[in-house]
Amino acid sequence: MIVAMKRRMNTFISFLLEPLSYAFMQRGVIAAVLVGIVCAVVGTYVVLRGMAFFGDALAHTILPGIALGYLVSGGAREPLFWWALGTSIVAALGIGTISKNAEIKEDTAIGIIFAGMFALGIALISTVRSYAVDLSHFLFGDVLSVSTHSLWLILIFGGLVLLTVFAFYKEFTTLSFDPILATTLRLPVGVLNNLLLTLIAVTVAVSLQTVGVALMVAMLVTPAATAYMLTHRLSHMMLIAALFASLSGIIGLYLSFYLSIASGAAIVLTATVFFMCAFVWKKIRQK
Amino acid sequence: MGGETPPLQRTMYTHTHHETNQPVLDVSHLTVHYNGRVALEDITFHLHEGERIAVVGPNGAGKSTLFKVVAGVLQPNAGEVNIYGSRPRGHVCIGYIPQRNQVDWTFPVSVADVVMMGRSAKLGPFNWPHKKDWDFVNHALETVELRSLASRQISQLSGGQQQRMFIARALAQEAELMLMDEPLSGLDTPSQEGILNLLDRLKKENVTVMVATHDLEQAASHFDRILLLNHHLVAFGNPAEVLHTENLISAYGGRMRIEPAGIMLMDDCCDEEADEHVH
Repeated sequence: MIVAMKRRMNTFISFLLEPLSYAFMQRGVIAAVLVGIVCAVVGTYVVLRGMAFFGDALAHTILPGIALGYLVSGGAREPLFWWALGTSIVAALGIGTISKNAEIKEDTAIGIIFAGMFALGIALISTVRSYAVDLSHFLFGDVLSVSTHSLWLILIFGGLVLLTVFAFYKEFTTLSFDPILATTLRLPVGVLNNLLLTLIAVTVAVSLQTVGVALMVAMLVTPAATAYMLTHRLSHMMLIAALFASLSGIIGLYLSFYLSIASGAAIVLTATVFFMCAFVWKKIRQK
Repeated sequence: MGGETPPLQRTMYTHTHHETNQPVLDVSHLTVHYNGRVALEDITFHLHEGERIAVVGPNGAGKSTLFKVVAGVLQPNAGEVNIYGSRPRGHVCIGYIPQRNQVDWTFPVSVADVVMMGRSAKLGPFNWPHKKDWDFVNHALETVELRSLASRQISQLSGGQQQRMFIARALAQEAELMLMDEPLSGLDTPSQEGILNLLDRLKKENVTVMVATHDLEQAASHFDRILLLNHHLVAFGNPAEVLHTENLISAYGGRMRIEPAGIMLMDDCCDEEADEHVH
């Protein structure tokens, strides 16, 4: 009996350890966890401010920038981060300005830009012969091909994002809860709004290889929304969201390894299951 | 809480200098266009320190707009607003208390968190609250009798408690001029009494208070002066001067009827105006 249990235990441990014997899996897990934490923390503000559509649009809008970088660098992956980062920041601040001054409703303006830019990106990539494979990597991510170099970039820029949120936590929170209060306290509302948009932009660039542009919004929104079901404190919401995002990254990659599912989709699906559990748990508790 | 509580007296901080020989609030020939319409036209009045002013007028009369211009949130098209002799934009002493239906009550913050937001400016960038700031917050919560609910999530408060929380936030902000948009509407009588009692306490602290309200009776009984508004300033003075039939017809027009028991207003809340300001 004890022997049987031991054997089962050993099987379980090797089930957990076997994937990690591959260097690409190690890098993938680290990347997924780092990206998950950054997305979860920034995503908390995205959820509370109702910016999910903005996040989705922003992610799609950077596709032409990536495509251009891809064409210029002749298919190399390494420089793409910088192209994504540049396009993302320009797009975030651009969308922020245009939607503020537009003659049409904000979401319509964002919708037009986002679809137009996305189409441009697809058009550019389609000029390359191997376009189907590369396009799917940009769209859905390819975390298992993350290089050590990319990992450093994720660590550095993700760290910068987290540090900025920590430094301006009270300002971002005050501004998100009550913009009029922020104005009467003479906080630099315009600067803070643009800083937040920039943080979302950097987060999008950092997450590109993990989940791709099409699934990005899930990483921004789903773990934060899960945490929102479970707590009434903002700081706790960030921590719980980070926890669920990390878990989704790890579990998602194991699913991807054993079931041969696309990694980005597996991570997002895991996060979605967590959200549904939290949602049901909250409904039951309310009764 | 151990030790001494901080005094409610407001000390001078690094915001715009107050010319103490100037009125708390001086509004002259103020005109504001909002969405292509004239919201306020040629408004002129000034307030003394520690006064309690009721701002009354029909739906969409420009009460919220007036408050937002005074707070420096909206810019006037003509005329000017001065707080202690200078423009609102430099002052952090103006406490704006929003209508309750303008607030996201599901936001994951506690009562104490919201009150601490009032200190964001005093804390300055990169600083986290010190003990002194928590003392301010706790003292403000005691003043409005919410100390025992400090860790509640804000949606778990009653309407009156929510309103008192915002007054505590303005106290933590060390506001000298408080602008309250419809603090009494939708509250039951005991809650209204609670808020009105708080206004009495604020007067002792020399806080100047402007309150938008629909209740003419309360306006007459609890406030020093009444400002009757309908895009332009219909009348401004003590209740007896302002609340007579001629002025009220001028302000409310057909939305009022006069009955033996008193004056009946046909509107009850200013949601219409509130909607204009959703951004």
